[in-house]
Amino acid sequence: MNFLLAFLFAGSLCAIAQVILDNTKLTPGHITSIYTVMGAFLSFLGIYDNLISKFGAGATSLISNFGHMLYSSALQGYQEEGLLGIFTNMLTKSSAAITGAIVFAFLIAIVFKPKD
Amino acid sequence: MNKDEYKKLVTKHSPKEPRLKNILVAFFVGGTVGFIGEFLIFILQESFGMSVSLAGIWTCLIIIGASSLLTALGFFDNWVSKCKCGLIIPTTGFAHSVTSSALDYKKDGLITGLGSNFFKLAGSVILYGIISSFILVIVRVVIGG
Repeated sequence: MNFLLAFLFAGSLCAIAQVILDNTKLTPGHITSIYTVMGAFLSFLGIYDNLISKFGAGATSLISNFGHMLYSSALQGYQEEGLLGIFTNMLTKSSAAITGAIVFAFLIAIVFKPKD
Repeated sequence: MNKDEYKKLVTKHSPKEPRLKNILVAFFVGGTVGFIGEFLIFILQESFGMSVSLAGIWTCLIIIGASSLLTALGFFDNWVSKCKCGLIIPTTGFAHSVTSSALDYKKDGLITGLGSNFFKLAGSVILYGIISSFILVIVRVVIGG
């Protein structure tokens, strides 16, 4: 059942993005940015945690989860350390994703040649 | 023939995007990524006894690593042009954009090519994610105290 819910949720959000891509002049870059901001906004409204507990990886494997991680860790930082906490904690939860992407992409770009 | 007539003629003869098919493909591919993520979390929890959050981070890293590798092997560019949002919206799109810009600009040198173009596409996601989160936390603090 979990697997089905994850499939349906991730699929629906990708389908919505595809509708936006086909019917407007927005590029994929616009849409990923919009989804990230939307994730932060849903987290602000307190919805994203519920989405994750219901849909699991269906919600965490999307780019909107990046916005959620940024917002929730920044808020946690504020609650623990005040204003400075926003600056020191903004990237704590998303650190794995960013560092992972940088390390893998760099090592792979060094080893492989571009295909054309 | 004036400009308007010409425009009509162009739209009449330009190939139509199969919109319904695009949407269905995006749905199934995106759903499959979500399914794989959930499956990996399940496997890691069951066989390594990890907590949900730890398994989630490993899953995220596995998905990013796999899509970087598939990009370098040349599969992913084809798949993205076919599946579009099905692969752009999941974390796979982030990894793909970073790896493909790193590969494309490698020829211009490690600093001026790879280094300065690394976040060419993913940069806007990080920038607007951080700016919006910062503003929203401030709003939340002002409203909620």
